[in-house]
Amino acid sequence: MKMKIALAGNPNSGKTTLFNALTGNNQHIANWPGVTVEKKEGKLRSNKDITIIDLPGIYSLSPYSLEEVISRDYIINENPDVIINIIDGSNLERNLYLTTQLIETGVPVVIAINMMDVIAKKKDVIKSDLIAKVLNCPVIEITALKSEGTKELIDAAIKLKESDYQFRPVVWYSKEIEAIITDIVKLIETKVESDKLRWFSIKVFEKDEKVLLDLNLDPKILESINQRISEYETAHDDDSEALITSERYAFINRFVNKVYLKNKLKSQDISHKIDKVLTNKYLGLPIFVLIIFLVYYLAISTVGGFLTDYVNEVIFGAGGLPGIVTSWLEAMNAWPWLQGVLVDGIIGGIGAVLGFLPQMFVLFLLLGILEESGYMARIAFILDKIFRKFGLSGKSFFPMLVSTGCGIPGIMAARTIEEENNRKVMIMTTTFMPCGAKLPIIALIAGAMFRGSPIQWLIAPSAYLLGIATIIISSIILKKFKGFAGKAAPFIMELPDYHLPRVKSLLFHVYHKLKSFVKKAGTIILLASVIVWFLSNFSWTLQLIDNPEQSILAGIGKTVDIIFSPLGWGNWKATVATFTGLIAKENVVGTFGVLYGFAEVSESGAEIWTLLSVDFTPLSAYSFLVFNLICAPCIAAIGAIKREMGSKKWTWIAIGFQTGMAYIIALIIYQIGMMFTGVFTIGSVFGIIALIVMIYLIFRPNKYMRMQK
Amino acid sequence: MINSLDKAIIGSNCIIVKVNGEKPIKRRLMDMGLIPGTKVFVRKLAPLGDPMEIMVKGTELTLRKADALNIIIEAVAEE
Repeated sequence: MKMKIALAGNPNSGKTTLFNALTGNNQHIANWPGVTVEKKEGKLRSNKDITIIDLPGIYSLSPYSLEEVISRDYIINENPDVIINIIDGSNLERNLYLTTQLIETGVPVVIAINMMDVIAKKKDVIKSDLIAKVLNCPVIEITALKSEGTKELIDAAIKLKESDYQFRPVVWYSKEIEAIITDIVKLIETKVESDKLRWFSIKVFEKDEKVLLDLNLDPKILESINQRISEYETAHDDDSEALITSERYAFINRFVNKVYLKNKLKSQDISHKIDKVLTNKYLGLPIFVLIIFLVYYLAISTVGGFLTDYVNEVIFGAGGLPGIVTSWLEAMNAWPWLQGVLVDGIIGGIGAVLGFLPQMFVLFLLLGILEESGYMARIAFILDKIFRKFGLSGKSFFPMLVSTGCGIPGIMAARTIEEENNRKVMIMTTTFMPCGAKLPIIALIAGAMFRGSPIQWLIAPSAYLLGIATIIISSIILKKFKGFAGKAAPFIMELPDYHLPRVKSLLFHVYHKLKSFVKKAGTIILLASVIVWFLSNFSWTLQLIDNPEQSILAGIGKTVDIIFSPLGWGNWKATVATFTGLIAKENVVGTFGVLYGFAEVSESGAEIWTLLSVDFTPLSAYSFLVFNLICAPCIAAIGAIKREMGSKKWTWIAIGFQTGMAYIIALIIYQIGMMFTGVFTIGSVFGIIALIVMIYLIFRPNKYMRMQK
Repeated sequence: MINSLDKAIIGSNCIIVKVNGEKPIKRRLMDMGLIPGTKVFVRKLAPLGDPMEIMVKGTELTLRKADALNIIIEAVAEE
């Protein structure tokens, strides 16, 4: 028997843990169509006929937040057989508020009260049987983390589907509201299924715009209904939606004290004591800086960095896998092109993916600990005021920090930002931070062009400042476009009690993040690596060549390098280096080395410093640096952007925006810089225009911003 | 004394009288349990003075002062 079960619940209710416990490894993670909200689907471990759909964590089924709209559209339109509503037993009231709305949709609901172990520990008592009676649905006590009660839960869901479930309302509103609802029912009877009639009627009463649009009622009829609703609203001095919300909570309040017997012992005391230190007025910020430093130090500088270097240099270095395969192929007298495609193309491509994994593992583990322990919510609490100034939120800090190591986990860290528009902006801008692979480019330019200059030491810090400034500017600019215009959403968030992270769920989480990265990004990187390898090793006549100057890529470079002339570095070598940087930013220095006739150069390219200084001026070199720091990131990161955006269109928008930003900023820097040296050309005009456009985009009024009263 | 939540004294108890604001904001605040008649304990401010932390229905919530402005409260004496 095929069956679809939707999993719904509040954030922090243990939904992900339950989903993992139920489905184990049989998960498919993608995005909901067209949006950056994660869609998780899985088959039940014990019965592959049962599909579990993990809906986003929500507090309500209101029409205002994306997560809530996704959830209710799924429940109403896709007709799951049963909803499993997981609720956090220690926070019954707010959790049951969602429950009452889920029951109203007419889909059979099974309630799973989670964290029963915590409740038992606190010596609290929950009377499940009483809840079941009041809400007319099965209630199962579970501890998702230990997989306790999950079998009973699924059995209850199956039994409910097989039973002859008849929807009956559990929340009855005031007499006047019920009278209006009864009349609405009569009007829309023919338009919706009988099970969902009450849900739609209540939504009409709430004046839910989305539902009204779907129902497409006769304007005259609607007018007469609205007339009656307005009268009720005036009589009760509030809008219909708020009145329904109040009555729902009042309904829960009437019985919650009878079903949840709280032990007097104050269990939140420990959390409050920890918070007295961690969010202390004076200690809060310094402790935060210390914790961040530790995360960064462990993930990027020491453990993670060391492991990544090991994979890159030992396993995928000259003496590792590529060397072994090369000697095999040579022993077999394989064609040179086959060697090339296998060793440089495929193994090199796989190495580019796998090299990031150790660093990502350590980083995600540490971020997972911060998230699970409850500290991440405090970070948002501490930093919100700073980031809000730029239209970002307290959680934007992490992607930026992580990106200074590597943009890929940085893009993925944007997940922790709840608000979809902010998340999109962060995914698009976080790679502006100079990642580890961009450091050699900075070293090359600083060494070749600014050696001995009094400002040499400024080049590296300026790269970080430029990254931060570009993120802020981009955020301000993007927020004024329609696609990013945030709906008026308040910042209101739960600060969960602190608890020790659980190893099992932590590792599971990290494992799935890495797996999906390898799967999705891996395919793109592999393909792209092979293509670029081909372009840089074959001539137009499809001959394998030794001299890179004859390659197809060089040919393309020579044709398109004019594009970069306004930036001051319209020479084909710089153009080709920029293109190979798309594979991995480390390639930029190496490519210069090859093009200037060195087989191998050191990381900072010291061998070619003199040669480089012939083709560049300090200004054009800095413009080259700026372009390469800001433009589209490496293919692995583009793969991550595509995965996170979940849409081709938005991936292209991101790449286009990044490259456009890079071009304009480099143009402004070069052309305005040239004017200071007394050179005024047609290019200067474009530079000035670009600067004016940029200033306009930053300061133009935001017509989508909500009016602050 | 009637006031808005953003001006409440830190460490004081109060009761919500009314929730104002545009629909999406109002609905979200109310969905989180900030319903007229609910008791609120104002715990603290973030180190930089905003947002604020309050305790409602046994859980800790954080919200910005700009949003708290929509919540009208009445101060009550300590129990």
